[in-house]
Amino acid sequence: MADARPLPAAKQGSPLRLFAGLPGGHLGLVSLLVGLLLLFAFLVPGFLSVATLNSFMYQLPLLGLLSLAMIVPLMSGGLNLAIIATTSQSALLMVWIMGTLAPPGTGGSSAFLVILLALAAGLLLCVLIGLLTGALVAYTGVHPILVTLGTKSLIDGVSIYLTRGMALSGVPDAFAAAAASTPLGVPLIFLLLVAVAVAVGVILKHTPFGLACAMIGSNPEATRYSAVDTGRVLVGVYALSSVVCFFAALVMIATFNSASADYAQSYLLVTILAAVLGGVDPFGGFGTVTGLMIALAILQLLSSGLNQFGVSTYLTVAIWGATLILVVVAQTFAARLPARFRRRK
Amino acid sequence: MPEPASGPDRAVGAALARWRRLRRRPETWLFLVILAVGTLFGLMAPGFLTLPNVIDLLETYSVQAIIAMGLFVVLVSGGIDISFAATASVAQYCAALLASRLGLPAPLVILAGLAVGVGLGCVNAALIHHLRITSIIATIAMMSVSFSLLMYFSGGRSIYDLPDWWTSRVVFYRAELASGDIVRVTLPVVLMGAMALLTWALMTRTSIGRQIYAMGGNPEAARRVGIDVGRLTYVAYGYLGFAAALGGLVQAHRVGESVPNAMVNTELAVLSAAVLGGASLAGGVGTVPGVLLGIVLLAILQNGLNLLGVSPYFFQIVIGVTILVSTSITVLSSRRGRRLRTLGEAPSHG
Repeated sequence: MADARPLPAAKQGSPLRLFAGLPGGHLGLVSLLVGLLLLFAFLVPGFLSVATLNSFMYQLPLLGLLSLAMIVPLMSGGLNLAIIATTSQSALLMVWIMGTLAPPGTGGSSAFLVILLALAAGLLLCVLIGLLTGALVAYTGVHPILVTLGTKSLIDGVSIYLTRGMALSGVPDAFAAAAASTPLGVPLIFLLLVAVAVAVGVILKHTPFGLACAMIGSNPEATRYSAVDTGRVLVGVYALSSVVCFFAALVMIATFNSASADYAQSYLLVTILAAVLGGVDPFGGFGTVTGLMIALAILQLLSSGLNQFGVSTYLTVAIWGATLILVVVAQTFAARLPARFRRRK
Repeated sequence: MPEPASGPDRAVGAALARWRRLRRRPETWLFLVILAVGTLFGLMAPGFLTLPNVIDLLETYSVQAIIAMGLFVVLVSGGIDISFAATASVAQYCAALLASRLGLPAPLVILAGLAVGVGLGCVNAALIHHLRITSIIATIAMMSVSFSLLMYFSGGRSIYDLPDWWTSRVVFYRAELASGDIVRVTLPVVLMGAMALLTWALMTRTSIGRQIYAMGGNPEAARRVGIDVGRLTYVAYGYLGFAAALGGLVQAHRVGESVPNAMVNTELAVLSAAVLGGASLAGGVGTVPGVLLGIVLLAILQNGLNLLGVSPYFFQIVIGVTILVSTSITVLSSRRGRRLRTLGEAPSHG
């Protein structure tokens, strides 16, 4: 898809391509965030409170981690539609292992071992899924949308077939307690999000792998001719994306205390919205984790703020979509403006 | 140059050349797979290859096929649209409201429903053409906007009191077989056929269709040749909006009620059917028979497995494997073709 269409005219040859998302790049996003914060603080009494901050920190991690899983393939010019399926299946596997091997009342040390085993199995499953997806994308040349559509259907199918669509529960107390702990007053799951975000940011920005990713996103052929093993990098891209799904699975278990094949399904397209809002080029090649995080904060702020107004969740999703359209429109007009002035002179 | 061959040899040679050309078409592979799977199911499940079963299958998949025709046009134009299920739901619900609350006559209701669909399609086209938003992003955004607004304003309530003209079964042809089974050709099947014919005529027999192929192949080249790319974008997305609305109306006709979220999550199934049939996400290729074959393959897989008593939960696994295998084969075989292709054998779009 990417190579079939030319760049939008407004983007061609314009330095703005480097700062897609909002006019002014991160600055624009931050000012939107601050503006929204001030607006809600002004309109909703008691909005700027610890309770709001707390709910913010509990609600953001799942969507945040899933978006991080999406940004890696997006940077390489692809897409991973299977992130939710991977996350649910990994969560299902971990809950199943913990539930069958450590029924409630199991002693401390054996419960600990079982939890470790479950984590290892969940991580292994994610790595396997990632390697398989990556190999299919890299070595068949089928468009990533189609490959991941197929793997999503396959993974979801296996999960639903094995569980008959039921939710699994039975998380050991030790795991639940650890997941709900708040070191330094910050929920552990939020700390997990920060840690994974920093790790993904560093990998994308400061390693040869990250550079190769962005280069493949800009121009796969040129990257291949620059002696980069694009196939191997692509396998790595989808493996990394799936590993991030493992952390999302941990948050999913922590949040719901159970696992099911249809948790969080509605987040799939929201992750793409968040990434594009955060300035990730949907054709690949450009984007930052910082931008993504600011965009996520904006989306979450909109949802909490509107929630306190008593606005329905449905309307919130509609407003998310409208925000994205408005941001891209603002970007287009900002890019066209200089050309217009020049013509008038 | 090979030496001139005699009569029969030349016929064999021509047949071989023909086969070589056909081998590169995804439709050929799809047809062979359908034959193989159909024979297999026919042998294993006695009820499979009976006329009533086949007609039932067609009717079940008519809504998906109608919408897939519209999506096919958008795919050929080089774009993609995720919002058609939301469009279909909105159009269906608006029409249902007009029919049940205001009691408008049938032609007005149908026209209004189709107009809503075309309108939403044109909004997509405007976002994509004038505001230069990538088609996948624009349609994802539009999907969340229109579907959430529908859920907000409808409150998720279904409309059960659809008028009789909408829900009563229309039978065009009815026959009783020797076995006592009754075969009915109903409205959804006829509309599906009409839509396929219309799309086929539009894409292969009009200059607009040829221009859409050109635009999907290379938009910049098409623009420089003098093709009005903006108008074509409106045609493609408007046509999909029309197809989606028609699909929505037919869906309500089949189930006899309008449920706001009945059609969510059909996006990926319709998309996979279109892609199975050889429409490429890169644009510029694909045929109407191919898309129909894609739908037929998914339909017989689901029905055949059902008749064999395989758990319906298993079906999604089969779909996943089918998409992965068939797209891989298609891409790999066309890649081999590209390497060997001579100028005389440029791919045709017929």
